[in-house]
Amino acid sequence: MWSSQLSDWYKHMKTLLTEIRSAVMVTLALAVVCCGLYPLVVFGIGQALFHDKANGSLIVDTNGTIQGSRLLGQQFTGEKYFHSRPSAAGAGYDATSSGGSNLGPTSQKLHDSITQNVADYRSQNGLETNAPVPADAVTASASGLDPHISPENAELQVGRIAKVRGLSQEEIRKLIRQNTDAPDLGFLGDPGVNVLTLNLALDRVQPTGGAAR
Amino acid sequence: MRSIDWLQLALYVGAVALITKPMGLYLVRVLDANGKTWLDPIFKPLERLTYGLMGVTSDKEQDWKQYTFAMLLFSLVSCLFTYGILRLQHLLPLNPQAFGAVSPDLAFNTATSFTTNTNWQSYTGEATMSYLSQMVALVIHNFASAAVGIAIGAALVRGIARHSSQTLGNFWVDLVRTTYYLLLPISVVFAVFLVSQGMIQNFKPYTKAKLTEPFTIQVAKTDEKGQPVTTNVVLMVQAPRLDDKGQPVMTNGAAMMVDVPKLDDKGQPAMTNMPVMVDQKVEEQAIAQGPVASQVAIKMLGTNGGGFMNANAAHPFENPTPLSNFIQMLSIFAIGSGLTYYLGRMVKNQAHGWSVWAAMMALFLAGVLLCWHSEAVGNPIHQRLGVAAAGGNMEGKEVRFGIFNSALFATVTTDASCGAVNSMHDSFTALGGFVPLFNIQLGEIIIGGVGAGLYGMLVFVVLAVFIAGLMVGRTPEYLGKKIQSYDVKMAMLALLVLAVSILGFAAWASVSQWGLAGLNNNGPHGLSEILYAFSSANGNNGSAFAGLSANTPWYNTTIGLAMLIGRFLMIIPIMAMAGSLGRKKISPPSAGTFPVAGFTFVVLLLGTVLLVGALNFLPGLTLGPIVEHFVTGQGKLY
Repeated sequence: MWSSQLSDWYKHMKTLLTEIRSAVMVTLALAVVCCGLYPLVVFGIGQALFHDKANGSLIVDTNGTIQGSRLLGQQFTGEKYFHSRPSAAGAGYDATSSGGSNLGPTSQKLHDSITQNVADYRSQNGLETNAPVPADAVTASASGLDPHISPENAELQVGRIAKVRGLSQEEIRKLIRQNTDAPDLGFLGDPGVNVLTLNLALDRVQPTGGAAR
Repeated sequence: MRSIDWLQLALYVGAVALITKPMGLYLVRVLDANGKTWLDPIFKPLERLTYGLMGVTSDKEQDWKQYTFAMLLFSLVSCLFTYGILRLQHLLPLNPQAFGAVSPDLAFNTATSFTTNTNWQSYTGEATMSYLSQMVALVIHNFASAAVGIAIGAALVRGIARHSSQTLGNFWVDLVRTTYYLLLPISVVFAVFLVSQGMIQNFKPYTKAKLTEPFTIQVAKTDEKGQPVTTNVVLMVQAPRLDDKGQPVMTNGAAMMVDVPKLDDKGQPAMTNMPVMVDQKVEEQAIAQGPVASQVAIKMLGTNGGGFMNANAAHPFENPTPLSNFIQMLSIFAIGSGLTYYLGRMVKNQAHGWSVWAAMMALFLAGVLLCWHSEAVGNPIHQRLGVAAAGGNMEGKEVRFGIFNSALFATVTTDASCGAVNSMHDSFTALGGFVPLFNIQLGEIIIGGVGAGLYGMLVFVVLAVFIAGLMVGRTPEYLGKKIQSYDVKMAMLALLVLAVSILGFAAWASVSQWGLAGLNNNGPHGLSEILYAFSSANGNNGSAFAGLSANTPWYNTTIGLAMLIGRFLMIIPIMAMAGSLGRKKISPPSAGTFPVAGFTFVVLLLGTVLLVGALNFLPGLTLGPIVEHFVTGQGKLY
């Protein structure tokens, strides 16, 4: 009887060890294939076919200085630039700390910050005190790095930019159109004006930034 | 709700419907140990080599206990593997930002999170995890936990389809074949596509960009040792302003408040240490880099959802364009939807497979419409402040996705137990946020996590058939098999585990110091944050009302436990049920057999799902999002 129990126990232990071996070896095999080969293959193909995109769609000026990424917003608050959306990423557009405000619909804090943003937006752009303000202009994005503003938001800022820079509104609208990402395939997603590329384009048209301020 | 958005919705539903059959047929081949696929020339040698290393005989099948044991053992080993890498990441290569070791509680939380296909993230990816940790420690589970889910789903389907059979397949074979023939090849193509859209795939240190418009922020001053410099100042508190007569000054019916020094018991002003703030000029933007595309492809396809970056699929590097967004949403549903076809094919009743699919899609559409409508209507509180009503609720949303694609993504990701987000659910309107929360609480059965959605839904199918049997007074039958007390007990156990764990943990947190300390919002929304966290953990979803500061030892541990309970305590009774069903004989259908296809069945299944979900969770939801909806209308703030 003892010997049969012992041999049962021995059999169970042997099964257990076989199964543990399977678990350990498959973990290592998957690590090599899925976590080594796979990302390297994608890295190789991506770097070969889409070098610029795989490295962050960086904007580099003629001196070789990296000015940012076409895909990531930057903070702009000066009069002569189109303003980007409010950002909850770090101190503002911190691309190592992405995220939203995560404030809910009944949040006092959100209510107060939107109140402030609406007042600022109206005064900066010379709007009536009861003029509706585009939603994207006064709310923080999900990533805190939203590169876009809505076309309506851009249009409301045209007057200010034209005045500060002494450019015609038509000229500025043309730049807006050139820096607008249309919906993919004509109907997927919403159109957005890329604030960074638009502001860089403005500076290229007028490097000094217009009237000294 | 613009017409162009209706077009996008139609395209999405159409695309999901179209890929269901081909995916299902391919799954039949992958989940057959001897199945032939056109990838055999590449992967067959690799498959054989893997079995050789593992010592597995591929034609040896396991009974439900052996199958479950192998699955648990693999989950344990791979979980420890991840835990080890996270704890040692400071010593390992591919760490250009020199991140330190992950703390024990966070490493436990993260390892269980990825092992259970949850991908709850208490950390900020780009500020915590080295490239190696992301690429190896986390990605291995993006593949493996998805394959485990599909394997369990397949084992249950085999239990239903077979008769008088002790075995349900071989776990190791299902794991390896699913990874090699299904997940890996699709991921390669998908990841390359994502790079073409602008997603990054590199191993560079973070890039420094020179800002066009530098700005100044206030930061805490530190001494040479890096310690914050503080100064002793008088502590101020708010008190009502009094007029000459000592009466509070009123404005608009409320007492006007002013700052006054706080006095201690002796009537002396209380002092406190305040950090000294100094101006710091920000002239650079540090841009996070990394092997993102390869991780995102499998994160979506395997309904994992764990982002490389903190903002997940809202981050422009993780979801650059509306097209990448569309394909990501499609990939979330692809395998789960295909598995319903696989079910129909295996049980030789394709109408049953499509009926289960139809029930799922009905719940999906209801969720999308409510969420989309609520977000498009927007927040009346903010609109009274002057925010244009036409824009809807844009707080926590990206311009390129807009209202519709944010609402659609939120619904898809919570239907399917994915948990990736392209907008911040915490900032949704009350009803807009109700939809993702309730989707998770229904048990992740609307398409659901890969495999997990199918086995979760089949529990409801068994229950629906049982209820139908009770209604007509006959022994309930499911596809020719008698549903007996043991099967119903196991089904109920799987459902009860979910409700007890979600509500138990949420109740505990909402009356505890550690629970309340993490809140980012007050009032009903605060309760929603807690409820969402534990629903997401138990449902193995991984999305969050992300304001909750969950990176504390208490939250990391309780959420970690909830994820383990939600995964494994659900799988074990389901596998017991699969074993029991597999042993049964199949009897031919009679006049009294309740048909498991067609309109009546779909309605009964929907009724069962909604009834169980409502009975379990409506009381809690009433105190969270539902009451919040009414106070939003009144303009009350917290």
